[in-house]
Amino acid sequence: MLTYTLKRFSLAVLVALTVSFVTFMLLRFSGDPAAALAGVNATPREIEFVRVKYGLDRPVVIQYAAWARRALKGDFGESNYFNQPVEAIIGGRLSVTMTLGGCALAFAVLLAIPMGVLAAVRPNTWIDRAALTVSVIGQAMPSFFFGLILIIVFGVMLRWLPVSGSSSWRHFVLPSIALGYYATPAIMRLTRSGMIEVLASDFIRTAKAKGLRSGSVLFKHALRNAIIPVVSLLAVQFGFMLGGSLVIETIFAINGVGFLGYESIARADLPMVQAIVLLVSMFYVVLTFLADLLNAFLDPRIRVG
Amino acid sequence: MSEQAARHIQEVEFPSPGEILRRRTLSHKGFMIGAGVLCFLLLVAVLAPVLAPNDPYRQDLGNRLVAPIWHETGTWDHPLGTDNLGRDYLSRLMYGARISLLIGVSAMIISGLIGVSLGIVAGYFGGRVDMVVSFLITTRLSMPVVLVALAVVALIGGSLNVIILVLGLLIWDRFAVVMRSSTQQIRSIDYVSAAKAIGCSTPRILFTEVMPNILNNLIVVATLEIAHAVLLEAALSFLGMGVQPPLPSWGLMVSEGKEFMLFSPWIIMIPGFVLSLLVLSINLMGDGIRDITAPEGRS
Repeated sequence: MLTYTLKRFSLAVLVALTVSFVTFMLLRFSGDPAAALAGVNATPREIEFVRVKYGLDRPVVIQYAAWARRALKGDFGESNYFNQPVEAIIGGRLSVTMTLGGCALAFAVLLAIPMGVLAAVRPNTWIDRAALTVSVIGQAMPSFFFGLILIIVFGVMLRWLPVSGSSSWRHFVLPSIALGYYATPAIMRLTRSGMIEVLASDFIRTAKAKGLRSGSVLFKHALRNAIIPVVSLLAVQFGFMLGGSLVIETIFAINGVGFLGYESIARADLPMVQAIVLLVSMFYVVLTFLADLLNAFLDPRIRVG
Repeated sequence: MSEQAARHIQEVEFPSPGEILRRRTLSHKGFMIGAGVLCFLLLVAVLAPVLAPNDPYRQDLGNRLVAPIWHETGTWDHPLGTDNLGRDYLSRLMYGARISLLIGVSAMIISGLIGVSLGIVAGYFGGRVDMVVSFLITTRLSMPVVLVALAVVALIGGSLNVIILVLGLLIWDRFAVVMRSSTQQIRSIDYVSAAKAIGCSTPRILFTEVMPNILNNLIVVATLEIAHAVLLEAALSFLGMGVQPPLPSWGLMVSEGKEFMLFSPWIIMIPGFVLSLLVLSINLMGDGIRDITAPEGRS
C-alpha cells in the first residue's frame, strides 16, 4: 500500500506541475500581459515600460520558474483589477463555491443513487425507462439553459426561491440543482449496472434464502458492494463540478470562484485567471488521488497490479 | 433424418451480415429518431439560404420582440417572432444550425486526429509510450475545460477558427482513452500476430489490421464528441466569449434573449430547445451505433 501511495503521489505532483506549466504557457501566448496591465489607453512606450518593470521581457520559461517558485510559497502575485494579492481574494470566495459544490453533489447523490437502485431492481420497466430518460435529457440540455428554465419556473412564475445572489441558504437551492443535475446520469448509470451485477451474485441469493427482509438485502448487502466504484466517481464528478460551476455561478450571480474566474477573464486579469485555473486543476488532482487511494484500500487487486 | 426434412433445412435462408446490420439499425428506435432529427437539422443548416424567410442580419427596430405564431399577437411574417433588434428569429435559428454543426464537426475532427493517434500508439506499443500517453491524458483531464477554453478564446478573440482550434485541442481525451483500450484488446489477437509474423510493417498493421477493428468504437466516440463540442461552443457563446455578434449562434441567442426572458420566455426557449434537440439527437445516434455494432447483441 505504501509503494502504491508513493507512486500515485509522485504522479499527482508531476501532473500538477505539468498542468501549471501548460496553463501558464497557454495564457501567456493568448494575450499580452503587459498590455493588459498597462490598461486600454496605454501607448506602446508605456506598455514597453510595464513589460520591463514586471520582468515580462524575460524568456517565458524563466518567467514560469519565477512564478512557480512564488506560487509554491502561496504567493500568486497581485490582481491587475483589485490591486490586492490574488490568493486573498480567491480565499474569500472559496467557501461559497465549496458550499455550492457540496450541495450540488448532495442533490446528485440523493437523486441518482435511489433512481439507480430502483432501475436495477426493476430493469426494463417504466421506472428503469424513466431513469434513463432523465439521464438522456440531462446529458443533452446545456447547463445554462437548464439554469434559466429553473429561474423562470421557480423564481419568476412560482416565486418560491430567489434567483440571484448568495446571501442565504435559499439562494443555493436552484444553483445546486442546476449544477448537480449534470452529475446524475453518470452516477445513476454506474449505480444501476453495479447493482444489477451484485444482485445476480451468490451471496445475495444466500441472503435471500436465509430469509432476510428484502430491504436489508438490498441496502445492507447489495448497495454496500455496488457503491464502491460510485464513491470514486463522486470524487471525479466533484472535481468537474468546481470547473463547471463557472457557468452556474455566472447565471445565478453567486460570488464564488467560478464567477470570479468569469469576471477576471472578462477583465484580462491574468494572474487571477492563472491562479483559479491552477486551483481547480489541483482540486481535481487531489480528489482523484484520494479516490485512487480509497479504491486501492478497498480492493487489494489494484494496489498489487 | 428424412429426405424431406433435409430439403427443408436447405431452404432456410441465412441473412447476410449486411442484412442483419440493416435490420438491427431499422429496429433500433433511439437510433432512427436521432438520425432522423439530425438529418433534418443538417438539411436545414445546408439549405438555410434557401429556406430562411428573411435575412438573419437585417434589423427592423419597428418590429422588435414580435411573439411567435402560437401567441395571439404572432404573425406569419415572423413565424418564430423577432429578437430585440427586430431580426427574424426563424432565419437566425436556421443559420445558427450551420454554426453549431460546423464547430461541432470541425472540433471533433481536430480532437479525433490528436486523440486517435495518441490512443492507438499507446495501446499498440504499450510500455513507456503508453506511460507517456496516459500521463498526457491524466494531465488533460485535470484541466477544467470550460475555464481554460473561455480564457484562451477570450484572450485571443472569439472567431470561429479560434473556437474550433481551442476546442479541438482540448477535448481529445475521450478519443485517446477509448482508442487506447480498444487497441490493447486487438493487439494480442491472432490476426495481428499473424500479420507481424509474415513481416508486415507497423504502419500497415495499424491501418489494415487494427484500425478496421476499432472503427465501430471510433464512430461512437466521434458522434458523442460532436455533441460535446456543440455544448461547449454554446456555453462559451452564452457567456459572451465565444461566437461574436451579430452571428446567430444558438448559445449567443439565449444570452441575448436573457434580458427579455421574464416577459417573453419563448426568446430563450426556442434556441435552447433546438440546441438540446441537436445534442439529444446526436447522443441518441451515438448510443444507437454502440448498441447496433455491439457484438453481444448480434444474434
